[in-house]
Amino acid sequence: MTDAAQTGPAHGVGGRPQLAPPKLETGVLGWMHHNLFSSWANGVTTIVLIVATVSFLSSFLDWAVVRATWTAASGAECRGGGACWALIHEKYRYIFFGSFPYEQQWRPLFACLAMIAMLLISSDRRTWNWRLLAIWTVGSFITFLLMFGQLHFPFVLFLIIALVGGGGGMAIRSRVAESGELNAYRIAAAIGLVGVVLRLTGILPPFGITIAPFSYVETGSWGGLPVTLILATYGLAFAFPFGILLALGRRSNLPLIKGLSVGFIELIRGVPLISLLIMASVMLPLFLPSGSNIDKFLRAQVAVILFAGAYIAEIVRGGLQSLPKGQFEAADAMALNYVQKTALIILPQALRVVIPPLINTFIGFFKDTSLVLIIGIFDFLNTANSALVDPAWAGFPAEVYLFAALVYFIFCFSMSRYSKYLEIELNKGTRR
Amino acid sequence: MAVEAIGSTARVKVAPWNDPVIRGWVFQIVVVGLVGALFWFLISNTIDNLQRQKIASGFHYLEREAGFEIGDTMIPYSPASTYARAIWVGILNTLRVAVLGIIISTVFGTLIGVGRLSRNWLLAKICEWYVEAFRNVPLLLWLFLIYKMISEAFPGPRQAIRLLWDSVFLSNRGLYFPIPMGDPIHKWMAVGLFVGLAAALVIKRWAKARQDATGQPFPTFRVGTAVTLGVPFVVWLLGGAPHRMSWPELTGFNFTGGMVIQPEFTALLVGLVLYTSAFIAEIVRSGILAINKGQSEAAAAIGLTRGQEMRLILLPQAMRVIVPPLTSQYLNITKNSSLAIAIGYPDLVAAVNVTINQTGQAIENILLIMAAYLTVSLSISAFMNWYNKRLALKER
Repeated sequence: MTDAAQTGPAHGVGGRPQLAPPKLETGVLGWMHHNLFSSWANGVTTIVLIVATVSFLSSFLDWAVVRATWTAASGAECRGGGACWALIHEKYRYIFFGSFPYEQQWRPLFACLAMIAMLLISSDRRTWNWRLLAIWTVGSFITFLLMFGQLHFPFVLFLIIALVGGGGGMAIRSRVAESGELNAYRIAAAIGLVGVVLRLTGILPPFGITIAPFSYVETGSWGGLPVTLILATYGLAFAFPFGILLALGRRSNLPLIKGLSVGFIELIRGVPLISLLIMASVMLPLFLPSGSNIDKFLRAQVAVILFAGAYIAEIVRGGLQSLPKGQFEAADAMALNYVQKTALIILPQALRVVIPPLINTFIGFFKDTSLVLIIGIFDFLNTANSALVDPAWAGFPAEVYLFAALVYFIFCFSMSRYSKYLEIELNKGTRR
Repeated sequence: MAVEAIGSTARVKVAPWNDPVIRGWVFQIVVVGLVGALFWFLISNTIDNLQRQKIASGFHYLEREAGFEIGDTMIPYSPASTYARAIWVGILNTLRVAVLGIIISTVFGTLIGVGRLSRNWLLAKICEWYVEAFRNVPLLLWLFLIYKMISEAFPGPRQAIRLLWDSVFLSNRGLYFPIPMGDPIHKWMAVGLFVGLAAALVIKRWAKARQDATGQPFPTFRVGTAVTLGVPFVVWLLGGAPHRMSWPELTGFNFTGGMVIQPEFTALLVGLVLYTSAFIAEIVRSGILAINKGQSEAAAAIGLTRGQEMRLILLPQAMRVIVPPLTSQYLNITKNSSLAIAIGYPDLVAAVNVTINQTGQAIENILLIMAAYLTVSLSISAFMNWYNKRLALKER
């Protein structure tokens, strides 16, 4: 025994030379033996799967590549039996941008790029502070300026920002900031409050700034990818604060607030999105004073926000529940007020836990915005669907749907990979 | 928390504007007042608009004649039936696709999820790509694709694909197959099925008690299946074994007789199952991975096969992790079945949508939709919560 140990691995037990491992256990053969042919049943499964995969892939490639038609003037020239990719070549502008004025279609293109850039920059954890607000303000400004062509900022918008900013500052910095800083918040809030009241009572006349570098394009002409991106991105961006408020309301000690939040969340989560969209399209006009006409796109956006808010509330609630009670008690012991406790102690920890599931929700809503086609809004799936209607190109649904599926897949797959990466990244501190 | 702590120890003198209890109530009253004002604004506008547009209100329209055709009905229905009947047809259609979807996608999703953990590399990879492909593309797109493939890839009724010696016909009008003619004995066979099922449950309890006492196993599943199916079969034999069938026949441009599975229903069911299975597969996989590795090693140590290990050791424990997210997938199937409207399957939303267009009574109809879905959703949640409680680890 001692001899063998001293002479090392070159010799086996009893002084005989140690043999190399069997060929079937190492290298490519070993891998195949372990992973594909470890038993009779496994081997049979492997062979059946190989035959099935190869036959499927070969017939698919035969259709999609070998016998495909890549350029053609009309569907009639596409009778090779293969895929008619010429249809995509012919219609891709319509599929991506809908009936946006043709010469102006660089605008939705750049709007999409701006939104994608905005999402990509916000995926970097280093921007998760005040920079996020700046990035989204600039990004949204560019996006909507390009889409509408002209933007009108009513003066009351700035008053509301002053009111909310001043009030928030007063609450969060109370008993922390110097009196000069607090006075600045008080003045901003007071100006905002007085201004908003004056505007509501009609004493202050409507007044605003208009920026009009391009021709105006109404939402009815929007279509394709920018619509899908806007509905999903802004649906979630507005639903996020709303959902946080609902989650806080659901966890509140105040019975009426809790009741309202629970009722809203359960009602919305119990019904399908379609019923809310139908409601937004047929019932909202009844709800508003006659004569007022809300844009159809905005109605769908509101429905998406309400719907997403309820789902986000449940996710955020999970994060709030995962916090130990000590955090709440410590914040109370520090004599922080409710806003300070929530904004500085609770939410930063709770939201950190729920970021990966929030991204999964975003993926879900990115897909679910396709339902707006039922109330006649031209999102990406709807433009793809109506590209099929052209009689000159009839009979090639699979090509268009597979193309649309690929675009959706690229967006959703990269987001799900990002969420997986983030989950590992954010848990680095707690992993053993 | 702060409210309780200070409220319960009271006696500390604070100014009313600093008292958390009073603050809380003021805040609540303000919020409820704002919500109430919003509702009052919406309701008064609605009443105003309804009067202006002379739209009737109330549910009286339900008793009027619907006047529209529904392509796929489980109960007798004609355009002369009432709106209430039309909506009931829609509810049944929704339930039919939801129940079948839940059952099939649970089985299929579990298979895919277990497949992703297979030791066979190729099988695991194929299952993984299946999940990624279906999870990352909207369900509506799959529904359109499947529906268009069915209606364009299959021939018309005259050139229908004939299977099983001309008894089953596959065409773009659906799958036609023969069914037994109606017979009074069928009712008794249904009763027999329930009797058989009850007997199987009794056998299961007896077998478990015996195995607990003596350790002798009993082929419960095989015997139970035989009893469940055997009792109605015996009833059928006793009833004279009626075997007259209704055969599908080509008359004119379509088939008559037999039973049909329509392409809209097929597309919706297939789409829902393929899509939801991808999500269920992920739930099952993460449930199994959540189990301590020692369980799997212990199963191998006492000589269970990989299949037995999965069935007897891993899945029962994984169920505790699986059931809560599975519940929300079941709710999703039910809610997603409303996408039927996009491919023309007459579900609840589709039937109500036609009703809204014909009567103009949007509010009542949308209340109906919401009430129906809330009922179904809450029943599924209640059932799954009960099931989850039964599965929960009994700690002593």
